[in-house]
Amino acid sequence: MSGSGAVTGGGKDIVGEILDRYGRQKGMLIPMMQDLQKERGYLPREDLVDLAERLGVPLSQVYHVATFYASFSLAPRGRHNITLCVGTVCYLKGAGAIADAIRKEFEVQPGGTSPDHMFTFSPVNCVGACALAPVMVVDDKYYGGMTVETALKTLRDIAAGTPADNKAAG
Amino acid sequence: MIVASSKIASVSDLRTYRERLLKARDPKVRTIRVCIGTGCAAKGSRKILELLKKACEEHGVEVKAEAMCTGCHGFCERGPIVVVSPGEIFYQRVEEGDVADIFRETVMLGRVVERLLYREEADEDGGRGKGKKGGGKGKTDAEAGNGSAAAGEAKKTAAEIPFYATQRRIALAFNGIVDPTSIDSYIAAGGYSALAKVLDGMTPEQVVAEVEKSGLRGRGGGGFPTGRKWRSCREAKGSPKYVIGNGDEGDPGAFMDRSIMEGNPHAVIEGMTICAYAVGSEQGYIYVRNEYPMAVEHLSLAIRQCRELGLLGDDILGTGFKFDIQINRGGGAFVCGESTALMASLEGRAGEPRAKYVHTVEHGLWDKPTNLNNVETYATVPAIINRGADWFASIGTEGSKGTKVFSLVGKVRNTGLVEVPMGMTLRKIVFEIGGGIKGGRAFKAVQTGGPSGGCIPAKYLDTPVDFDELTKLGSMMGSGGMIVMDEDTCMVNVAKYFLNFLRDESCGKCTACREGVAQMVHILERICAGKGEKGDVERLEALCRLIGDASLCGLGKSAPNPVMSTIRYFREEYDAHIVERKCPAKVCKGLFKYAIDPKLCKACGICKKNCPVQCIFGEKKKPHEIDRTKCTLCGTCYDKCPFGAVLKV
Repeated sequence: MSGSGAVTGGGKDIVGEILDRYGRQKGMLIPMMQDLQKERGYLPREDLVDLAERLGVPLSQVYHVATFYASFSLAPRGRHNITLCVGTVCYLKGAGAIADAIRKEFEVQPGGTSPDHMFTFSPVNCVGACALAPVMVVDDKYYGGMTVETALKTLRDIAAGTPADNKAAG
Repeated sequence: MIVASSKIASVSDLRTYRERLLKARDPKVRTIRVCIGTGCAAKGSRKILELLKKACEEHGVEVKAEAMCTGCHGFCERGPIVVVSPGEIFYQRVEEGDVADIFRETVMLGRVVERLLYREEADEDGGRGKGKKGGGKGKTDAEAGNGSAAAGEAKKTAAEIPFYATQRRIALAFNGIVDPTSIDSYIAAGGYSALAKVLDGMTPEQVVAEVEKSGLRGRGGGGFPTGRKWRSCREAKGSPKYVIGNGDEGDPGAFMDRSIMEGNPHAVIEGMTICAYAVGSEQGYIYVRNEYPMAVEHLSLAIRQCRELGLLGDDILGTGFKFDIQINRGGGAFVCGESTALMASLEGRAGEPRAKYVHTVEHGLWDKPTNLNNVETYATVPAIINRGADWFASIGTEGSKGTKVFSLVGKVRNTGLVEVPMGMTLRKIVFEIGGGIKGGRAFKAVQTGGPSGGCIPAKYLDTPVDFDELTKLGSMMGSGGMIVMDEDTCMVNVAKYFLNFLRDESCGKCTACREGVAQMVHILERICAGKGEKGDVERLEALCRLIGDASLCGLGKSAPNPVMSTIRYFREEYDAHIVERKCPAKVCKGLFKYAIDPKLCKACGICKKNCPVQCIFGEKKKPHEIDRTKCTLCGTCYDKCPFGAVLKV
């Protein structure tokens, strides 16, 4: 679902299309920004300025929303999205160590993107799949029963383009 | 299958529609239900469904069989789950390779595949209990978990499995039975009959009175009486009025709402439509958490199906009643589960809560009267209408009626979703349904109520679970997360974890919450690092009182709970960290040491090779040792030892 970096519109008026989709209602600002992010992979500044002007909403409000909600990204994302669950159960079962290992191995800060633009790393509070804890989601695919070793291996394989099928342990 | 070409024009048409669906069913067709809830899907159940569908097609001449998807069955620990009827044969931990056997043996020949049946397992490290102290009162796990079957006995149906046998399902009644992607499946099972009953002969006033009488309380955490809320909204002046379903389930370790939205979306829609009729609303919203894509998908599909059949829209069932629902996705902010923050988010603003004395039932979304309930609350309403308030009120305790869905997770053997009557004891839930603690460890605490709930120790395991009892213990019901912790859990570290969470999720509006929680994290980090100071516990207590008093919303008001409850029940662990500089559970790095067990050490040399400061010495074939004077307590040897010979002491 996530795009791979910014796709330039090529003359296509993406902001206009999105505005029309929601009948230019100011209350639909968040769904509009969600759609924009889906199209672009992130929220480019030019588009946000454009959206604010044409919707008649102060740019400060747009940025308030963009920075308040964790799912919005103001910078281009990597080729693959790692969502690591650090909810209570995953944490109790070792997700903290996995997060540290991913940070070191791929030089990526939580919420950030690795220097080679391979991975964007988002630790999230809970993905609601506690029977699989610790669980990691890469590009919408769930990997359960992770350890530091299996998590790193899974990601190395993905980076190398050879993702192995995961048999999630219980 | 009936093609939904036209709208259902009246209440009696709905009845006819259902009868046609039932008549069209061939009783000889064997059905195979495959769970595609998130837990099972992550373990490959969609592929299993696909293969079973293919098998049904290929063998269509020999046997009439149909494979369908269902929502979460609840027993996520044993997923993927496949149920074959007739016989309701319950298969668990099914893999792709098992599909051929299931189809040939069970579907075609009516025989049971023994190896896929549920069996209680002996623990990986030698059975339950191990003579360690179990859940309080000196009972071992095995004793506390009485009622479980003898180990190894195979169970053919879900009803025979202890995990299911003790449950009573109302909100989850259709989960695992109906196909969440098919409105026909829901209607055939009796769906929308409650809406029909309401529109056919009940006045809005009667609906409100019925819900009031049932004693239903909000399932999202607050526990406010649902009927009273509906009444206030109904009586509030102003129009239009709005109905909101809160599916922004943010508590880590909780996935009740997710499973209901994914597994039975029509129950939520039916409940909301009944509410809209009762309060006089024409527009509804369901606010779904960003991390739940399948819930959005299934709800969107369900809404489309309802519009096509005339169960949502301008003239519902030909009664002139008008109502529609829109889905909004959350943005990944925990605080948006709070009602006023959620409404701010629906208005396109940052989700900051406001003071509660302005009631949302009078001034809610766009300043209009708004009724907001949790999606589980709505999903319970059709059953109340169909079976009556008295029936519902006969279940549960004095102050908390009906059943509640809990997600039972953590160090418990049977992770999953359970629905039980209010008033069941924690012990019964954790040990009988949950099967006790994993790995034969001892029970330490159960955490309820999400990040701002509290930790309940073993001595209160016999407390009946309801809204009021949990509050008395310094915790709360919350939305229904139940996280089991064993003896390897450090309670100070747990408090630090929750406070960290709350610091990150505080919206920053109230100074007490924004700065106070951060200050508590600072102190807790200090304690966990072995740098705690005398008086830290008292400082934490003072901050707790201040934050609870001076915050606007539930997040800030209940933020002290994890700290207060762990201080109240596990004070000795705080003291051990601060005074003795020791972590009794051996979790906090630096507050325990490593040693090598000479009996277990095989002298393989792996620890020696990996030690970053070369402080492990030992010769070939002789047990190795750690030089404590040089050891930096990094834990590499502990992680690397293949024989478990490195101990935390």
